[in-house]
Amino acid sequence: MDRRNSPFLISVLCLGIAFLYLPMAVLIAYSFNASALASVWGGFSTAWYTELVHNRQILSAAALSLQVAALASTGALVLGTLAAIALVRFTKFRGRLLLAGMVNAPLVMPEIITGITQLLLFVSMLQLIGWPSRGMTTIVIAHVAFCTAYVTVTVQSRLQSADRSLEEAAMDLGASPLQAFVDVTLPIILPALVSSWLLSFTLSLDDLVISSFVSGPRSSTLPMVIYSKVKLGVSPDINALASLIITGVGACVLIAGYVLRRAERGRQAEVLQAAG
Amino acid sequence: MARLSDRNGIGAAGRAPGARGRLGALVARHGRWLIIAPPLLFLLVFFLIPFGFALKISFAEAALRIPPFSDVFSVSADHRLHLSLSLANYKYLLTDEVYAVSYLYSIRTAFFSTLLCLLIGYPMAYAMARASKGAQGILMLVIILPFWTSFLLRVYALEGIIRDNGLLNSALLWLGIIEHPLRIMRTTLAVYLGIVYSYLPFMILPLYATLEKLDRTLLEAAADLGSKPWQAFRDVTLPLSMPGIIAGSMLVFIPAIGEYVIPALLGGPDNLMIGRVLWDEFFANHDWPVAAAVSIAFLVLLVGPIAVHQHYRVRQLEH
Repeated sequence: MDRRNSPFLISVLCLGIAFLYLPMAVLIAYSFNASALASVWGGFSTAWYTELVHNRQILSAAALSLQVAALASTGALVLGTLAAIALVRFTKFRGRLLLAGMVNAPLVMPEIITGITQLLLFVSMLQLIGWPSRGMTTIVIAHVAFCTAYVTVTVQSRLQSADRSLEEAAMDLGASPLQAFVDVTLPIILPALVSSWLLSFTLSLDDLVISSFVSGPRSSTLPMVIYSKVKLGVSPDINALASLIITGVGACVLIAGYVLRRAERGRQAEVLQAAG
Repeated sequence: MARLSDRNGIGAAGRAPGARGRLGALVARHGRWLIIAPPLLFLLVFFLIPFGFALKISFAEAALRIPPFSDVFSVSADHRLHLSLSLANYKYLLTDEVYAVSYLYSIRTAFFSTLLCLLIGYPMAYAMARASKGAQGILMLVIILPFWTSFLLRVYALEGIIRDNGLLNSALLWLGIIEHPLRIMRTTLAVYLGIVYSYLPFMILPLYATLEKLDRTLLEAAADLGSKPWQAFRDVTLPLSMPGIIAGSMLVFIPAIGEYVIPALLGGPDNLMIGRVLWDEFFANHDWPVAAAVSIAFLVLLVGPIAVHQHYRVRQLEH
């Protein structure tokens, strides 16, 4: 079998990966630059990281973003999992097409349109029923809406591949449908739940456009603060912050991926043992 | 019969409703709605209904008040409902050419950056699919990882490379290839680079998924029948990887067309993509009704056709 790659293909692959990673590597390197000028290397320094710790604006924005991300990803996990179960297990119900459409639409909808329409909703709701005033609540609601789409798609595909006969066997042995689901199917879809929670968390943490529309005057998320600083030009403390976020998220994803893979292998081994 | 109904829904708690009392019976009968209703209602209220409000407000007029638009529905003193629809915003979209120009410009930018992604991503995905199994897993991770890290920060990081005193210019100056820094920031090229940089993983992953499944014996058969490698590629690999090409292109084209951050941070004043026009209409001009009308028009002209196309493609795949 011809599995050899030509030098051309290998060089394109390497160049492409370098293109993806070089800007981030340079950013991290410059976050340790003592000079505030981006073009001059003024020696190694961690001054920008210390400055970061004393920047109240960035710290409070980071706290808000982390709270929003935790709440939104948890909410989206619950709603998205329910939607996935509904779409995979219930083949016929009124509103199925509507649900399927609403679950997939945020994936193709430009964020800017979602943001504007949701803001118009919140403003009209505030006028009509006096709730919700713009701030953390509206940001969380808006994030739950688009994260639910990602959770549903991820869990849906996992649920589709899950073997239903195992659940039926459990029910034949006297488990209630709920018990059978919790004891049999839930462990199977657990990796999908974990990864979709993580995905929602990072998507929420990263969102700029939708948050900018639905947030209130005193609630700026971290991307909003970063964006307003970056818009004015290069700022070294943002380099430090960006490096922290990039390496932090990267490390979390690698660790989570490793743990999930090990858990998955362990489960497969158990299934094989049980079968053998 | 009881077994059958059990199999229909996992929410139906209780095989013998009588044993669990009336609550159990209620759950058994309507249990599936406990699962369906929360996501359905949430998305209905916070995702679908907002478009209704946008449609309504697109018929209003801008006004100096909070919120900054006139009432479309109003109840007069004698309890009559008055409807005042204004088509002025839609007329404005047709008369002010900035909207038509930015629509077309967005389509063109998204199209060419998708093409660029395809040209760069295809050989990368092809090389990945032909690598050894162990290397494939690592390469997958390497390609996916940037997707998880912050999009905004990656665009900012790219700026560090391409700005006038960035790494690229410093390196080229140092090597003596150029005498004056290249002007890349605030040009169309910067927008293309930004989109390709941000969305390349979206192109590579579906391409890799189809190329990896490709039956290699077909290529051997082509070779046995006298095809040169490039002929076999053109006649066998390329047509068979079409689903991956289409999926990857959609994944790049769709977000690229509504992109705001990339043209705003990397582009110049000429790079008027529709997302940017919308943002300015909203935050700089405070003209909410016009912004609502632009959103509705954008939805009908661009997102609508894409959604219909996706719907039929999914149907085709299912059959």
